[in-house]
Amino acid sequence: MASKTCDLEDIRGQFSRASSRAGHRVIVCAGTGCVANGSLKVYVKLAEEIEKKGLPVILSLRFEDEHEKDAVFVSKSGCQGFCQMGPLVTILPENIFYTRVKAEDAAEIVEKTLVEGKIVERLLYVDPSSGKPCAGTGEIPFYQKQQRFVLKECGQIDPEDIAEYIFHHGYEAASKACFMRPEDICEEIVASGLRGRGGGGFPTGKKWAITLRQKGLKKYVICNGDEGDPGAFMDRSVMEGNSHSVIEGMIIAARAIGADEGYVYVRAEYPLAVRRMRKAVEDARKAGILGKDIFASGFNFDVQVMEGAGAFVCGEETALIASIEGKRGMPSPKPPFPAQSGLHGKPTVINNVETMATVPLIMRMGAEEYKKMGTAGSPGTKTFALTGHVANTGLIEVPFGTSLRKIVYEIAGGVTADDGNISEKPFKAVQIGGPSGGCLIQEHLDIPMDFDSLRKAGAMVGSGGLVVMNSNTCMVSIARFFMQFTQNESCGKCVLCREGTKQMLALLDDIIEGRATEETLQILEDLARAVQVGSLCGLGKTAPNPVLSTLRYFREEYLAHVKYKYCPAGRCKALAKYRIDPASCKGCTLCSRKCPVGAIKGERGKVHVIDEKLCIKCGACVQACKFNAVSGGAR
Amino acid sequence: MEGLRKLEKVCQILEENGRDPGRLITILQAVQEEYRYLPEEILTFVATSLNLTSAHVYGVATFYSHFTLKPKGKYIIRICDGTACHVKKSTALLDALRQKLGLKPGMVTTSEMLFTLETVSCLGACGLAPVIMVNDEVYGQMTPEKADKVIDDIIKKEGIGNGK
Repeated sequence: MASKTCDLEDIRGQFSRASSRAGHRVIVCAGTGCVANGSLKVYVKLAEEIEKKGLPVILSLRFEDEHEKDAVFVSKSGCQGFCQMGPLVTILPENIFYTRVKAEDAAEIVEKTLVEGKIVERLLYVDPSSGKPCAGTGEIPFYQKQQRFVLKECGQIDPEDIAEYIFHHGYEAASKACFMRPEDICEEIVASGLRGRGGGGFPTGKKWAITLRQKGLKKYVICNGDEGDPGAFMDRSVMEGNSHSVIEGMIIAARAIGADEGYVYVRAEYPLAVRRMRKAVEDARKAGILGKDIFASGFNFDVQVMEGAGAFVCGEETALIASIEGKRGMPSPKPPFPAQSGLHGKPTVINNVETMATVPLIMRMGAEEYKKMGTAGSPGTKTFALTGHVANTGLIEVPFGTSLRKIVYEIAGGVTADDGNISEKPFKAVQIGGPSGGCLIQEHLDIPMDFDSLRKAGAMVGSGGLVVMNSNTCMVSIARFFMQFTQNESCGKCVLCREGTKQMLALLDDIIEGRATEETLQILEDLARAVQVGSLCGLGKTAPNPVLSTLRYFREEYLAHVKYKYCPAGRCKALAKYRIDPASCKGCTLCSRKCPVGAIKGERGKVHVIDEKLCIKCGACVQACKFNAVSGGAR
Repeated sequence: MEGLRKLEKVCQILEENGRDPGRLITILQAVQEEYRYLPEEILTFVATSLNLTSAHVYGVATFYSHFTLKPKGKYIIRICDGTACHVKKSTALLDALRQKLGLKPGMVTTSEMLFTLETVSCLGACGLAPVIMVNDEVYGQMTPEKADKVIDDIIKKEGIGNGK
């Protein structure tokens, strides 16, 4: 039986005809963030209300029979990045962008916007700096200052509809690649200068060319979707919002190296991404885009989606391969590199999700055009997950070389205080690249963000998590937080990583809890260097980075902890010193009655005093005082 | 009798995966989906059927944090303690939930086997920090009060008394 050949042109035409019948299109964001905020209820309610108004509703486009004219096409999309303002609803063709939409708002949206053509003002995003409501994403600084390239279709198209991906020129690059010589594909990617987005920044084209040169008939392509860095969710958003772009990238990679089998390894904590990737693979198979004789080119390739089982170290390529083979996910020494001996001992290309999703775009536009974005050493764009103390958190994409200042102050809308309002206080640091990365400070605000400049500054692009911290953050506690994370996730294979991280954590605890001396800092630094050189894989090699980089830029903060037993940010509970201000104390006795250990002495009507030796630093007195006379303690 | 029925299901899972030792993780995931944990005798059975040593299967089962050798509750509550959630006080949520569920130190599962409480390093919904996940459902911008309601709603749905 001849296999089915997919006619992209035909699907594109059908989709175009069917969708052009719709007068309005309503897009409800169905990324993890918006779903958590109740966007699915909004979706259902909108469809109900539209029907109630007697307007024809389209929930999925039909190609066979024609839709009524001027129907309303209601669809779900992947993550639009502005998660904090969700659920998000976009109305086309007017391009009206509603934020924080609730199911109860559905009737008003239908009545006012869809029937009367008016805008529901109260659902618009208000720019906090100007106080002006913004009608569309084009007016919102968060979107305006970005360059959404890989994420362009994320948040627009319905990720569960393969026809819509094809309508937007999806699988065109793959169909072309199936007839290209593998060497030519590798050359094009080498020429584009694309570097791996998983952290290391290795040139993708070079990796492919090495794998292509390996002898043997069996080769594999793996897409690494084990995005485990706390504070990063770019890959989740791409897998959820534009699943087919990942598959298309894998087809091109497979053709380039001569593989016939591929795996997408997705973190178990991302159930929606797993579901959408599985559906995308199934739909692509049904359409004849995966399987045997793709596009009648004689090229065979199929993909399986594998769900991880919860181990951060599996983001490391050799550990991930072990995990796919059904073993404990422990890394192995390189060389041999996966390109030489990977899955089941066969040559394997392993690329991160964002890298895979970039490949079809490069093939479509050509390497020359692609290189116009970004910097010479790091062409293209990069997605970042922006979180922490900033006004706008979410998923962003900017060309490489963009300054940190632009990201923090223009896109993210500035640094916020602990109460969430924009703060006058200066920004303190940005932690970039998660537990393997480092921090950037004031003086780095204007350096171009790209692979090489960041490495020079002692940080790394890593997976792309950006956590902005305000001046109330204790950098020693942050270093401890990441140390605890890597300590937990150390697989235990290398002694220095297994035991060294444990001891480093204990030293950090000593500093935070006031048992450390200046010598502790020296031991910590020595041990950090030992862990770096004595570990096999990236996890261990980079585990000391947060400690080393905070020691480099915030040494005086460490010194304050060890020398004066004082936490400048006031975060470390054990170092807190409670004090009653004699001028404000009215002698009401409330604090001394609330104190669980009787550490507060004083007569009624007289100033009270805290006995530091007895104080257990529970903070009950601060809460009890009605005159704000007690100060100190962890905030 | 009960034991036989158990193994029947495991055999089915093994068949579906072609008794391929390379698919051990997928097999264990399916077994855990079925029993909500990995009973020891089933691990041994899986090892024998796949021609692997029990030590190998045990090693894999204990390596990954999603596998558990102890029974878990029907609802698994995962509190995210990633960077963004941590700075937005996820520890307060953990304390509140432990108290709400009446979990004593060292306990992670409630005595009636309804809830298991765990922390995870990042759920990837940082824009909504702090976040918790109940089975496959994500709840964002949580407060101890909101978490309380989530638990109450489940208890109501399960029809076990009013509140705790």
